[in-house]
Amino acid sequence: MPLEFFLIVAAALFCIGIYGLVTSRNAVRVLMSIELLLNAVNLNLIAFSNFLDRQALNGQVFTVFVITVAAAEAAVGLAIILSIYRNRDTVDMEQFNLLKW
Amino acid sequence: MNLGEGVQFVSFIVLTVMIIGAALGVVLFEKIVYSAFLLGAVFMSIAGLYVLQNADFVAAAQILIYVGAVNVLILFAIMLVNKKEDYAPVAGRWIRKAAAAFVSTGLFALLTTMLLRTNWKINLSAPLPSSPIEVMGEHFFSDFLLPFELASVLLLMALIGAVVLARKETIMGEETAIVGETPAPVLELPERPREPVA
Repeated sequence: MPLEFFLIVAAALFCIGIYGLVTSRNAVRVLMSIELLLNAVNLNLIAFSNFLDRQALNGQVFTVFVITVAAAEAAVGLAIILSIYRNRDTVDMEQFNLLKW
Repeated sequence: MNLGEGVQFVSFIVLTVMIIGAALGVVLFEKIVYSAFLLGAVFMSIAGLYVLQNADFVAAAQILIYVGAVNVLILFAIMLVNKKEDYAPVAGRWIRKAAAAFVSTGLFALLTTMLLRTNWKINLSAPLPSSPIEVMGEHFFSDFLLPFELASVLLLMALIGAVVLARKETIMGEETAIVGETPAPVLELPERPREPVA
């Protein structure tokens, strides 16, 4: 099976994630879209590791680091959403304008 | 992976359809709970693709961390902020949606043409390492030692930061003087009221 198949799947997943990141109004769904983006990147790294670098497996090591950072990001992001929800009583992204001038 | 070529291809197709369909469901479903469960399906199918590409350890880590931790965390967050709210309509929102759809399909077309025209230096002749986990462990404790240790510090920081951000602030040590009959003992600390940000 050629390498390009996996890369196309990863690209499609990445684009779906970007669409969800931009358009969704629920803040939790934005976090889910970020997880989709990170998974697309992981899929790319694993594909390159399998097809171009079979001996050293650097891509798999990178993937483990990305998974670690994604777990930390999910925890902190959901805590931030919870905190905003307690303050503003909504999870609507259109109403989060704290950093707008 | 010592499956036949045809079996690999069929399982690749099935996993791809599951990934793309479930990812579209995550983004497009109205109910956020459906999105969360479909996100679990995306993670499981991606673990299947990892197994197809000889990355057994990463597939196991993906299921443990993403499905077991991140997805459960997201479900808990949904339960905690579960408020039935009708979003106020925003003027010109469909323009934004159309623009986002246009940009992401354009990005997909660009990426696809790029990766189909690139001449990848594919090297399938090299044998797979007999024990991939040992190779990864050597990486972790030799050339990737500093990022490995930093990852543990990062996880500790995320743990403490999440606790600090999400906990309720309570008022400690302020006894309210009550005249007259003794009140029933209150077994929880009063919560500090938060002033809502404008």
